[in-house]
Amino acid sequence: MELILQQAPIVIRSLNIGFLQTLKLFVITLIGALPLGLIISFGSMSSWAPLAFIGRNMERKNGRATAASRFFTGFCPISLIVKIIVWVFRGTPLMLQLLIIYYFPGLVWGNPIWGSGESGRFLASAVAFIINYACYFSEIYRGGIQGVPRGQQEAGQVLGMTKGQIFFKVTLLQMVKRIVPPMGNECITLVKDTSLARIIALQEIIWAGQAFLKGSQGISGAIWPLFFTGVYYLIFTGVVTLLLGWLERKLSYFRA
Amino acid sequence: MSVLEVKDLRKSFGKLEVLKGISFSLEKGDTISIIGSSGSGKTTLLRCLNFLETPNSGIISVNGEKLFDGADSASQRDSEIRKKRLHFGLVFQSFNLFPQYTALGNVKLASNLLAKERLDYQAHKKDIIAEIDENARGLLSQMGLADKIDLYPHQLSGGQQQRVAIARALALSPDVLCFDEPTSALDPELTGEVLKVILSLAEKYTTMVIVTHEMQFAREVSSQVLFMDKGVVAECGTPEEVFGNPKNERTKQFLERYSG
Ligand SMILES: Nc1ncnc2c1ncn2[C@@H]1O[C@H](COP(=O)(O)OP(=O)(O)OP(=O)(O)O)[C@@H](O)[C@H]1O
Ligand SMILES: [Mg+2]
Repeated sequence: MELILQQAPIVIRSLNIGFLQTLKLFVITLIGALPLGLIISFGSMSSWAPLAFIGRNMERKNGRATAASRFFTGFCPISLIVKIIVWVFRGTPLMLQLLIIYYFPGLVWGNPIWGSGESGRFLASAVAFIINYACYFSEIYRGGIQGVPRGQQEAGQVLGMTKGQIFFKVTLLQMVKRIVPPMGNECITLVKDTSLARIIALQEIIWAGQAFLKGSQGISGAIWPLFFTGVYYLIFTGVVTLLLGWLERKLSYFRA
Repeated sequence: MSVLEVKDLRKSFGKLEVLKGISFSLEKGDTISIIGSSGSGKTTLLRCLNFLETPNSGIISVNGEKLFDGADSASQRDSEIRKKRLHFGLVFQSFNLFPQYTALGNVKLASNLLAKERLDYQAHKKDIIAEIDENARGLLSQMGLADKIDLYPHQLSGGQQQRVAIARALALSPDVLCFDEPTSALDPELTGEVLKVILSLAEKYTTMVIVTHEMQFAREVSSQVLFMDKGVVAECGTPEEVFGNPKNERTKQFLERYSG
């Protein structure tokens, strides 16, 4: 116990520095993934069908829909590509994506595009986290958008509103209200997922705690700093939970 | 000249032809009730009038202006449809109020957005906004909701919500106001208040197309009654003609079911 108290000032300083990196990754991921996820969700819902005219022509000629004509009318390339990307990023471990994104450019082009040192590792981590989380967010957005009853959009349409006005003035807030709870779950998961960046030696809080096991700043063989990082995560998730609760209460003035 | 003229309107969903050539016309200030059994295409007809569905063929004109012509693809451009919609208002069976706005907010939203497109908006912003506000408050008190303007939809009864929806549709002063079974989603004791409001609109010469299953109300409110059967107009005439002396066999059967 005495030993721990002795080590504490050094350890806490180190853990704080690690936590800062954890926090930075969390914030950057949200800043990048929240808008990117929305763009991806629009992409996956895109109904742009450039070959539909072929299908329609076939139907006009034959007087009925066939398997081939249905293929052409229903072929939406943007939606298809985006859905495949989402499948890949949701269907493989984030840890693997981190490794590939960090090491792949160096292996293939012999040129590690991320730059060297901690800043390079952070950049690679941020890119991996943003893409991965954007894919998860896009599915939540899609559920939120499609969960708003069709009648809301139609009510806007018959009132002469544009598509943009309907989205920003009618659908968006109802969608936000619907997605806050599932988004909240993802945010809590993200807090803990940041530790995955340890795999490419990003100096986040787990890395900082682990350093005292191997030996650092005159302390070695100490396991308690690693365990103690749990306190940081608990406080972090606690604060995030409180913020989300506040947001949910803010949106409770209406029912959707 | 008729306010609304519909000529040989056809609409199919895939192989299913739902509207098989609907024609009727409506004079200014008149009300036409559309009755008919479930699936006969009444909702589809209203949705075509409001450009929520694109008809396959036929003509829709308002005040002599062709808004839709199946034979003229230029009349079907998206960019123009938004403006054309403003000739019509639609009150939905399920109200479809915007839940995040108060009653007043619901009525004002579209007007406020449209006002921003006016060239003189910047110059007279204050006056325009004040005018919209006053108009909306007036409409809501006309609906008997003067004391409910600041409540959100979930704080209102179904009948009150539907009256807000009517005020919202009236706010843009459409040439023709359409109702799709405005009281079908309401408890029986709440239908009266909504029907009363619609009757008062008819007395003020609002031009209306009303799809309804309330036969007594249709008889009272309409200048014309149109009986739709399987996508065609089976019979159309004054309420006295259609209800008092139906000529079509299907109309007779339908009315017997409702009176019995
Ligand atoms: N979007 C659609 N796609 C395919 N079929 C449709 C669509 N909308 C309506 N229909 C079909 O068109 C027919 C007419 O429907 P519509 O809703 O116009 O009837 P209605 O007269 O309003 O009936 P109700 O009195 O039950 O409201 C029905 O057979 C319905 O299944
Ligand atoms: Mg209907």
